[in-house]
Amino acid sequence: MGAGHVHKLYRHGRSPVHALPPHTKLTAVFAFVVVVVSTPRTAIWAFALYAALLGTVAYAARVPASFLLKRLLIEIPFVAFAVLMPFVAQGERVDVLGMSLSVNGLWGAWNVLAKGTLGVAASVLLAATTELRELLLGLQRLRLPPLLVQIASFMIRYGDVITDEMRRMRIARESRGFEARGVRHWGVLAKSAGALFIRSYERGERVHLAMISRGYAGSMPVIDEVTASRAQWSYALALPCAALVVCLLGWFL
Amino acid sequence: MTSASTDSVTPVPSLEVSGLAFAYPDGHQALFGVDFSLARGERVALLGPNGAGKTTLVLHLNGIHTAGAGTVKVAGLPVGRQHMAEIRRRVGIVFQDPDDQLFMPSVREDVAFGPAAAGLRGAELEARVDRALTRVGMAEFKDRPPHHLSFGQRRRVAVATVLAMEPEILVLDEPSSNLDPASRRELADILRSLDVTVLMVTHDLPYALELCPRSLILSEGVIAADGRTGELLADDDLMRAHRLELPFGFDPRSVRTSA
Repeated sequence: MGAGHVHKLYRHGRSPVHALPPHTKLTAVFAFVVVVVSTPRTAIWAFALYAALLGTVAYAARVPASFLLKRLLIEIPFVAFAVLMPFVAQGERVDVLGMSLSVNGLWGAWNVLAKGTLGVAASVLLAATTELRELLLGLQRLRLPPLLVQIASFMIRYGDVITDEMRRMRIARESRGFEARGVRHWGVLAKSAGALFIRSYERGERVHLAMISRGYAGSMPVIDEVTASRAQWSYALALPCAALVVCLLGWFL
Repeated sequence: MTSASTDSVTPVPSLEVSGLAFAYPDGHQALFGVDFSLARGERVALLGPNGAGKTTLVLHLNGIHTAGAGTVKVAGLPVGRQHMAEIRRRVGIVFQDPDDQLFMPSVREDVAFGPAAAGLRGAELEARVDRALTRVGMAEFKDRPPHHLSFGQRRRVAVATVLAMEPEILVLDEPSSNLDPASRRELADILRSLDVTVLMVTHDLPYALELCPRSLILSEGVIAADGRTGELLADDDLMRAHRLELPFGFDPRSVRTSA
């Protein structure tokens, strides 16, 4: 059977952050990221304050630092790009440890690094405290186009089914002595991918049939009405509001 | 919807199919005038070889295919465009592959899908879900994702998704396929405990004999036989004529059924 009963990003818990309705958390994270991105890059202390804010949230959510840091690794490809910037950017240059670096590039790298890390950290926190299904309910509640939400929810439901089908096809190939070695075998793999696509497509048709048999008429019925109280909204929005204060100070100080 | 109740002398059959014919758009004709009716509360098996038109017939019962000729009536209500929603509530189809039937992220949401589509909300919806899951003995699996259940459990949840709509008639497509003997027996117990009309499409002949007092044989697009299951299965010529074969060593005459 498929791996992992819950998604790896999610960390089960009963903290106040876990308990917040998903759409308030989504709104909070989105607003927080917008505020962080619009902060001037020279206000270094502001970014330290943002990090402290996220640290507070992580503490309230009982997400350990090691968990958070490990998941931050996803950022590395982007960081690699940031590290290049001081070397390739034009303009005024300074000497650091015997290397000539561009001042503009250094600021640019800092900008990408700081804002990127804060954005990823906020998203990791959101994912760690909100189940995928809840996230979808939240997106639905925030009036994202229903078609997108439905596609995402079918991806969750059928991801394992399709992976399993793929695994069975691989076993069938290997049982008949096939081993993918080099370019010559890509044709076989491509045909398998095509077959998998057609199988998934046909499954889609059967699922659709099952759906209309149970009264589906183009929109998903609302089963769980997610609602948030004023207190829950203010809890969630405390994060972006505090960040906004920091951001404004950054602009005017 | 109450037009049927004016006829109080003879009870309205749950399902009434008359003169049903259907050809696919590519010209292949699958049904040539099918006639039968099921009384309320009956359990009937629909037997037939592969390609006899069984699935095509099933898809007519809730209006996914619309009849080329003839009519289908569910508890007196003709299947047609104008009351499709009501027809689909009354006819519950359990498809062969539970992975096709269970498309929501959790068992609870899946069972709730049909009633919620019909407009049920809140506590009433929750009660309906609990009742349906209890009837198939899956209440404790409510919050599990369907793909982490065993095949037999998934089949039972699939039955619950349909029971939650409180259908007039339950249509099962190959209910015993891919089940191990224990799951097969559990499903049989569940089906026997329900008080709805059941039409069971199958080529599992012992299962039909165990569960259904009456059987229909669909062959080459027509109903070739309609009678007591035990008698049909014991008629060797009839069975051979319609490519129906009993498992090795199985003698329907030696089986005593309570049904």
